[in-house]
Amino acid sequence: MKKCYINGVGCISTQNTFDTEFLSEVAINTTENVLFANQPSYKEFIPPAAIRRMAKGVKMGIAASTKALEEANVEIPDAIITGTGMGCVEDSEKFLQAILDNNEEFLTPTSFIQSTHNTVGGQIALGLQCKGYNFTYVNGAVSFETALLDAKMQVENEEANAVLVGGIDETSKHTLELFKLVNLIKKEEDQPYSVLQPNSKGIVFSEGASFFVLENQKKESSYASIQAVSTISALEMDEVQNYIEAFLASNNLKKSDIDAVVLGNNGDVEFDGYYAISDSIFKETPQVYYKHLSGEYNTASSFGFWVASNIIKNQQLPEVVSLNKLHKESYKTVLLYNQYRGKDHSLIVLKKC
Amino acid sequence: MEALKQELKSKIIEVLNLEDIAVEDINDNDALFGDGLGLDSIDALELIVLLDKDYGIKLTDPKEGKSIFVSIETMANYIAANRTK
Repeated sequence: MKKCYINGVGCISTQNTFDTEFLSEVAINTTENVLFANQPSYKEFIPPAAIRRMAKGVKMGIAASTKALEEANVEIPDAIITGTGMGCVEDSEKFLQAILDNNEEFLTPTSFIQSTHNTVGGQIALGLQCKGYNFTYVNGAVSFETALLDAKMQVENEEANAVLVGGIDETSKHTLELFKLVNLIKKEEDQPYSVLQPNSKGIVFSEGASFFVLENQKKESSYASIQAVSTISALEMDEVQNYIEAFLASNNLKKSDIDAVVLGNNGDVEFDGYYAISDSIFKETPQVYYKHLSGEYNTASSFGFWVASNIIKNQQLPEVVSLNKLHKESYKTVLLYNQYRGKDHSLIVLKKC
Repeated sequence: MEALKQELKSKIIEVLNLEDIAVEDINDNDALFGDGLGLDSIDALELIVLLDKDYGIKLTDPKEGKSIFVSIETMANYIAANRTK
């Protein structure tokens, strides 16, 4: 079985992460309950004739994937696998709104054909003329991890030499209104918003796209190798420790092997108790948090994956993501744990290569 | 007729989301498809819907579109002759 290396990355987030050094330009938000992506100029990545039809998620996906492919020096991957929780909601909303506005008549094709969840994967393939395996996983907050698991297995089993994998989610006006209505998004009066000292329910909602090129060969550009990925639908808070310990044991790892743990705390007072492992089994381990930078969305964990990959490659844990201010001289093995509202738990182990 | 042409240019830019193109950039006789504005088959469907929705013209034979959608000039002439609203 081959190893699975991360050889290229591309990240568009609410921070300027696309064309800057790792977390060199970050701003911590405490006053906005919705954060929008810091988008690059897309003209150098997408032909003008195509760009005019694309919603934000598609453009973010194409730009981030282009960057990852360039870094890995891969022209056309053998497979393109994406994960998205909500898909292309912007065009879905446009299409549904047109149905209402026009009394179910005069429906135009553009927003409809771009409204499906696999639009991003499809448009990337069209741009690259990549006729290989193309799959999109829509699986809530483990959409990215499910895509990653598929990609990892394809690389390890030599079904593909190079796989482009990514997580994308975009915001859209009506969906944001609905999320606010059901209090999934933090209320204005709960400011200032804090991920580490949460005092209110709900999340700071956001969007982004993070792409990675996985290959079965180590390159100069390699960030880390992926040792293991695990997902589980639901857990009680008191079951998390057992889940993690069993996962580590099944991968022949001890707690002391973990050099840093990347946690998905999002400032929701109702559910951040799931990360109590930071005060128990990983109390003495350097801890990383990132959703104060990225905000929360179904594939925000792909931003965490990007952070973890960079920590291993740079062998440095930036202060801005350090949760307990503990550091180590080297980061050989990093564990990521994420969940959303007590559901969609995921664990990933990355190793220095 | 001049007002209709200006209106058409403005609607086409809006409906087809032609970024970086202004009304004054489109000449009345510029080709809409191919070398001119570079529209494609999906845009053609959008234009068919635009004719129906805004001018009450139903194109039952898609082949008609070839002669109607040549340029702003031909579109405006067709709309002026056939519009029901």
